[in-house]
Amino acid sequence: MVNRHVIGAHYGLRDWLLQRITAVVMLAYTIGLIFFLVMVSGASFQGWKALMGMTWVRVFTSVSIIALALHAWVGVRDIWMDYVKPLGLRLTLHVLTILWLVASLVYAVKVVWGV
Amino acid sequence: MTTQTVKFSIYRYDPDKDKKPYMQDISVEVEPGERKLLDALVKLKVKDDTLSFRRSCREGVCGSDAMNINGKNGLACITDIDTLKQPIELRPLPGMPVVRDLIVDMTQFFKQYHSIKPYVVNDTPPPEKERLQSPEDRKELDGLYECILCACCSTSCPSFWWNPDKFVGPAGLLAAYRFIADTRDTTINERLDNLEDPYRLFRCHTIMNCVDVCPKELNPTKAIGKIKELMIKRVA
Repeated sequence: MVNRHVIGAHYGLRDWLLQRITAVVMLAYTIGLIFFLVMVSGASFQGWKALMGMTWVRVFTSVSIIALALHAWVGVRDIWMDYVKPLGLRLTLHVLTILWLVASLVYAVKVVWGV
Repeated sequence: MTTQTVKFSIYRYDPDKDKKPYMQDISVEVEPGERKLLDALVKLKVKDDTLSFRRSCREGVCGSDAMNINGKNGLACITDIDTLKQPIELRPLPGMPVVRDLIVDMTQFFKQYHSIKPYVVNDTPPPEKERLQSPEDRKELDGLYECILCACCSTSCPSFWWNPDKFVGPAGLLAAYRFIADTRDTTINERLDNLEDPYRLFRCHTIMNCVDVCPKELNPTKAIGKIKELMIKRVA
């Protein structure tokens, strides 16, 4: 049987770019968080509460969590694409990954805004 | 000046005779003038003529004698014996179907190469003499046209190991950029379209094994970066 490969999905750049941009957002957030931990010594519960009480910190945190989810989506999807060949199984894994990431995202945002 | 004994551990497999591949320990005497790995291999072939490997120009131009030398892909003809730890472990290029001993089936590799249309496409009427380029435009092709298609890079790339049928591979992508960068070619958009795919181009995860092994010291990763740059330019 002639094995005809279907190629040319006409996407790829968007995801690749997305992964780079989300990485920059996460890097900025991580540096900010480390800066807080070092500068505001003895990060107590009160300190955390005050920090997370500020709206801009909550927004920044939420954006970073969204960035993390998008970044993880591209990365994990690439792993499935590399190693899982059966189409049905791969598609199932893709869907499960999306569900898991969306659930984690919703829960994390709820925690950030629920303090 | 005396002769030197070179010890080898060579991957042997003859699908007509052997149930499975095995490593053969063998040594050979080389003269002081015989400094390259290929010299020793040619001598080995005299000793045991069942040993099979490809070679042709013996000066790093044809790309026939690419093999896995002590775990790293390279050309036997331009590798000094003195730089290698003995016994020298020789294996066929990784990830390719073995035809016999150190000879691999390169069909998939060349299929990917052909898929990027490795020739200048220009439908405008040809000028009387030739299509000219400015020295600056021509300079862009340096570091691209020198590829000898030995497959050292593509067969050291994990992304190519997992998806040799879908990922173009470093050699193919270097060639792709060679024609994308050519100002005489008029199909740059078609060429970018051809690569806008999560597998064909974007399986490259910048591992850079290709740069590490290239016997011509070319940089496929850089070429891939430039293709991505052009794609961004197109959408942004």
